[in-house]
Amino acid sequence: MPVTHLLNPETRPEGRPMTPAVPQDEAPDLLTIEDLTVEYLVGGRRVRAVEQADLSVSSGEIVALVGESGSGKSSIAHAVLGALPAAGRIVGGRIGFDGLDLARLSERRFNQVRGRSLGFIPQDPMSSLNPLHRIGTQVTESIRIHRSASRAEAARQAVELLDRVGLPEPAARARQFPHELSGGMRQRALIAAALAGAPRLLVADEPTTALDVTVQKVILDDLSALARSGGIAVLVITHDLAVAADRADRIVVLRHGRIVESGTPDAVLGAPCHPYTRMLLASAPSLAAGRRRRSRPAGRSTPGATVTEPGGHRAPVAPTSGRDLVRVDGVTKEFRVPHTDRNQGWFRAVDDVSLTIGRGETLGLVGESGSGKSTLARLILRLTPPTAGRIAYDGTDIADVDRRGLRGLRARAQLVYQNPYGSLNPRLTVRQIVAEPLVGFGIGDRSARGRRVRELLDQVGLPGDLAERRPAELSGGQRQRVAIARALAPSPELLVCDEPVSALDVSIQAQILDLLADLQVELGLSLLFVSHDLAVIRQVADRVGVMRAGRLVEIGPADQVFHRPGHGYTRTLLAAIPGQGFGTRATGRAA
Amino acid sequence: MITYAFRRLGHALLVLWATFTATFFLLYVLPGDAALSKAGVGGDGATLSPAELARVRADLGLDQPVVGQYATALLHALRGDFGTSTQTGAPALSMYVEAVPETLKLAGAALLLGLVAGTGWALLAAWTRWRLLRQALLALPAVGVSIPTFWIGLLLIQVVSFRWQLLPAIGNDGVRSLVLPALVLAVPTAAMSAQILSRSLEATLHAPYVETARARGASRSRVLLRHALRNSVLPVVTALGMTAGHLVGGSVIMETVFSRSGVGAITVRAVNVQDTPVVLVAVVFAAVVFVGVNLLVDLLYPVIDPRIQLRTARRTGLLRAGVAT
Repeated sequence: MPVTHLLNPETRPEGRPMTPAVPQDEAPDLLTIEDLTVEYLVGGRRVRAVEQADLSVSSGEIVALVGESGSGKSSIAHAVLGALPAAGRIVGGRIGFDGLDLARLSERRFNQVRGRSLGFIPQDPMSSLNPLHRIGTQVTESIRIHRSASRAEAARQAVELLDRVGLPEPAARARQFPHELSGGMRQRALIAAALAGAPRLLVADEPTTALDVTVQKVILDDLSALARSGGIAVLVITHDLAVAADRADRIVVLRHGRIVESGTPDAVLGAPCHPYTRMLLASAPSLAAGRRRRSRPAGRSTPGATVTEPGGHRAPVAPTSGRDLVRVDGVTKEFRVPHTDRNQGWFRAVDDVSLTIGRGETLGLVGESGSGKSTLARLILRLTPPTAGRIAYDGTDIADVDRRGLRGLRARAQLVYQNPYGSLNPRLTVRQIVAEPLVGFGIGDRSARGRRVRELLDQVGLPGDLAERRPAELSGGQRQRVAIARALAPSPELLVCDEPVSALDVSIQAQILDLLADLQVELGLSLLFVSHDLAVIRQVADRVGVMRAGRLVEIGPADQVFHRPGHGYTRTLLAAIPGQGFGTRATGRAA
Repeated sequence: MITYAFRRLGHALLVLWATFTATFFLLYVLPGDAALSKAGVGGDGATLSPAELARVRADLGLDQPVVGQYATALLHALRGDFGTSTQTGAPALSMYVEAVPETLKLAGAALLLGLVAGTGWALLAAWTRWRLLRQALLALPAVGVSIPTFWIGLLLIQVVSFRWQLLPAIGNDGVRSLVLPALVLAVPTAAMSAQILSRSLEATLHAPYVETARARGASRSRVLLRHALRNSVLPVVTALGMTAGHLVGGSVIMETVFSRSGVGAITVRAVNVQDTPVVLVAVVFAAVVFVGVNLLVDLLYPVIDPRIQLRTARRTGLLRAGVAT
């Protein structure tokens, strides 16, 4: 694909210390963003989302735009696509692409570029396909729009494109509806759709955030191959430094709308000059070394807590009372599946699982979506009864406890949910939320509860003056701290955390993980930590269980599972963690 | 799918039976009865001797115990026999059914007009970039829902028929006489569907798949018509079930205001003179329309949204596909 357009010779910003050397080959840049400033009108006030950003991408190159939420990375992507929300406006700079200035293009002219030389891969494959149109129709929509291809021609092309992105049985897929495909398949269909117009630049907005790690790897492989062999320029927006490290030719780090650092992965991750990059690097779970363990004096720790070894590491399992807190014996959970054409009957979500959780121990439960890990967590809390098998809590079978016993059990085993945006009642104040379990379990009188709430907020590191605020006034990290404080209110022995950090930015993730680690030492808690993210699990778990399709395929001490995995699936999962090479290099970890 | 349809049909029959039963007993406990009104008396029954009255009651089967009357009525109704009108002596059912086509014309025209106008209205509001027009278009349907139809009807008769002499104010002859009542009857339907569709479109236009379609270079009208409209239409279809009820009720008013013949006129008269069999037919007929439309709506969902047809199969289908990847 010959590059026929001309770009101004002075497009390269000179003398900017953070801009790296011109890419190795002398290919002129396909996309040149200069001095781009984007503003949003928020409640009558103008807020800068992007401030004087400079950025370029040339053909065959993958540039990763990395930053946390609110960094302006999505605003840059939307500006390039001419799809800023109604409140957003480009107030300065230019976006040079293919001889055009996208910052000043009318919508009509933009529609001739989008879907043709400019392709877009959206973030969430689950909601980015029109549920009412067949896959094939959507894949070739841009051809139908731009080349007014006939229906038959488009149908033929759809199969070809789906084949190109590696979907099995492309002809059958083309006739299916989105809901009949898995997340990974949908994302491939969306990539195929982006490729239909034969684009020269692909903008991918968090293309793998919503996907399992093994699927993420496949999708990223696809994108890399497209850039390498197809000579397509790719601008990837991601919050995940590890993904950027693995896949990008250049990394651009954004913070508060400003580019703080950019360069090759080696330069940015090997020798970050900006403190923010260093912080991101330190908190990126997959790049960080082993276990997250801050030694706080364990003075208040109760008997049964684990022993903290000098040097921050501790023995994998150190139960002092000898008896495990939770013992799961051959538990199976089946769900009734409404009959379909073929498959009638029961779906086995958890299949003959046995494990134990020791006192003061963190058991990490890892698996991809649909592996049954959340169902197992719910079974242990007796939120749902098992179909077969037995679960003992502190020696008593939880199936046998009566109503009153169950209330006692509920106080001893608490749950922290995944989404801090949905798990807190928006109408209650923080104080009411944290006090709710105290009221529910009838713990203390009014003034005692007030003291306990203050103590809990202090424990999770929230200032006391937050108590009268409502969830909407808190950040994601603060909300999750409130959720943890609420779970701790009845002084439980077991805390079940279902993906407690997956909705949070990495730097916040790190803080929450630190908090959980501290609390565990301080209170001698047992933790069941459920996550799809092996990298997060590695930082918190003493022992790790790996689940797949309802079965516990492997369980053992964290070190063993991560360094000498016994099951092929564990090895696959481990291999799919992005940024591994850099993790070792950046931290000098001898693994 | 077929079991689904059958189950829905079962529900429909249950509703019809319940309607019949409720109406029957409601009419039974009402003070006064058909014998009195047939005898042409007011409340006191002075002009008819008790013996004569008893004879009329026996003729009409009113002397039987109520459960027996109910059983007989239900059995006969199943055979399509709802008894004879106490006023005219004609079979109640056929008397009523003969009037149906006129009302159907009116309600059908109103429904069509209302849906087309409402959809167009909402689409225009979503399409226009002129903020003032958009806001006006979004605000007006609320007015349309609130204004009583008889008032609009009287106003239009005043202006269009009397002042401008464009269309007939009353009667049943031809399309010309249908225009005004259909127009008036369509107003609430149009306003309601415009409101619902606008709300729904607003949400849909922010959906990620719409953004993705825009990123493919789809124009505003393509985004609106190809992607947003069909995805937004389900709530309107749901409301259609309710609209059917409004239209049946509204036809009664329109037929009164515009002096048209039809089931509305018959119902009003039957209620006035306590012509029980005809009232029973009217209520059951309204229930049939209501149930029929809602059944149709339920069967329409899967046609519009492929996910609904597979509601039960979806979970397993996803899982199977998930395992395949």
